[in-house]
Amino acid sequence: MSDWRTEAEAMRVVRLTKVKEEAGDMRSLHFADERCSEGVPGQYVMIWNPAAEEVPMSLASIGEDGNVSVVVRPVGESTEALCGMSAGDKIGLRGPFGNGYVVQGSSPLLVAGGTGAASLRPLAEEMVAEGLKPTFILGARSKDQLLMTESLVSLLGENLLTTTDDGSHGYRGYASTYADQLMKEKKYDMIYTCGPEIMMAAVFQVAEERGIPMQASLDRYIKCAVGLCGSCGLGPYRVCKDGPVFSSEQLREVRNEFGKSRMDPSGRAIKVDH
Amino acid sequence: MAGLELRNPTMNAAGVLGISAPLLKRIYEGGAGAVVTKSLGGPQRMGHSNPTLVSVEGGALNAMGLPNPGAEYFVEMIRELKGDGVPVVASFFGGSIEEFRDVALVLSEAGVDALEVNVSCPNVAEEMGMLGADPMNTEKVTEAVKEVAKSPVIVKLSPNVTDICEIARAAERGGADAITAVNTLKGLAVDADLRRPILTNVTGGLSGPALKPVALRCVWEIYEAVEIPIIGCGGISNWRDAVEYLLSGATAVEIGTAAMDGGFDIYGKIAEGIREYLVENGFKEVKDIVGLAHGG
Repeated sequence: MSDWRTEAEAMRVVRLTKVKEEAGDMRSLHFADERCSEGVPGQYVMIWNPAAEEVPMSLASIGEDGNVSVVVRPVGESTEALCGMSAGDKIGLRGPFGNGYVVQGSSPLLVAGGTGAASLRPLAEEMVAEGLKPTFILGARSKDQLLMTESLVSLLGENLLTTTDDGSHGYRGYASTYADQLMKEKKYDMIYTCGPEIMMAAVFQVAEERGIPMQASLDRYIKCAVGLCGSCGLGPYRVCKDGPVFSSEQLREVRNEFGKSRMDPSGRAIKVDH
Repeated sequence: MAGLELRNPTMNAAGVLGISAPLLKRIYEGGAGAVVTKSLGGPQRMGHSNPTLVSVEGGALNAMGLPNPGAEYFVEMIRELKGDGVPVVASFFGGSIEEFRDVALVLSEAGVDALEVNVSCPNVAEEMGMLGADPMNTEKVTEAVKEVAKSPVIVKLSPNVTDICEIARAAERGGADAITAVNTLKGLAVDADLRRPILTNVTGGLSGPALKPVALRCVWEIYEAVEIPIIGCGGISNWRDAVEYLLSGATAVEIGTAAMDGGFDIYGKIAEGIREYLVENGFKEVKDIVGLAHGG
């Protein structure tokens, strides 16, 4: 490779070191990659099982020893192909890409829904390492879908709060409702959220009402991942390069799309339905 | 340029970010003289699946597969841009000469400032992508588009031909008002560990610095072959590259892959660099240096 841009944008191939069963039918895929280990919380990699499509995945653990992981929920052909992989299998990698979260303030509230916990866990780790005590809401449909509870409990102790739609564990109801309740009790100065967009939009509404700034990690149809093709457009932004993490100010700017519409692969607007 | 008055000679290359009005507006705010849409067709297309882009030696290789929402759908975006005062060049393609004409009509009526005919995409079935490999088809498509066009017609050519001048002359005979040279150069990336091609489409189009000497040569040859203006495109990353294109015969330039590095303000930076070059060297305007490297 020449000095043309960074090598991060070329395809490199690594072997999976471990594939671990996580909550529900989710899997964490572990591999050693120096570039990824230099990544920051909130960044993503383009990960490719050569039998299927290359897809974006947030870094779920970023080890200084070079070991990193992503968490995959099998929801389509590509994610199913990834979940079906074993230690020793080869994956293609590009990245890490995107901006990542910025740690600000002294009293953070993290709100995770579903696989969104994967992107927020390394952020919580960074905060703890910096001496902050983040409150972490971990939400899922039901108890068996709560992701990485063990590692989050050992990291955060009683500051890990769970919520399930069906009430099978922790608070019963939506993560946004729970977040609203917590905000009444305690003064938070920054909210970080990653999860289903409908949930993040609800959290944003609550945060706006209370005047608390937010950083949200958004998902769009990422193809090139380097800011060229526009397929992940969100208003004037490219989720792949300007994001995936957006500030309250930016979210206000794209309020006609955030939680409402997204582009399909052809560029037509479709409804955000989860 | 071909009847267009632009604030400066920079544009984004077709396919780069042109999928929505807000992104194109940001390119204009970044300093481009005009913006170019993604290539639009009649029906909507989803494009190829990933991997669709990978960095290679000296550039990027991509095979997006002409994803687009369809020309009719995009009309509203064009109106939005025009409403904001942004000059719009609509890139488009068709699966047949009739489709080229039909799409040109839709876009023309939407009020675009120019039409850029894409007869040179290397990444889709030949009848849709590479009509421009054949001089007769190029002439026919250009004629058909000219029949319905209310604004200048630019024909974008492929470097993947034996003699690009022959195709350029065919476009000129068909009535083209300008030529864009060039589209991406067909290439391939194979991974030694996976022992397979990287892109889903197998082959892709090479862009970025590695394309520049090839594209510059194309502009040089076309300048000597036709009278109509040329828009240079291929590996322009800074103002020096752009000036080299102007000296070789281009009247304007399109910039794509460099946006990956420079972001949206690369257009303004390159336009400003061209302006400073003109001032420092005692030239009044861009046209004073167009083709200057050809000598007498």
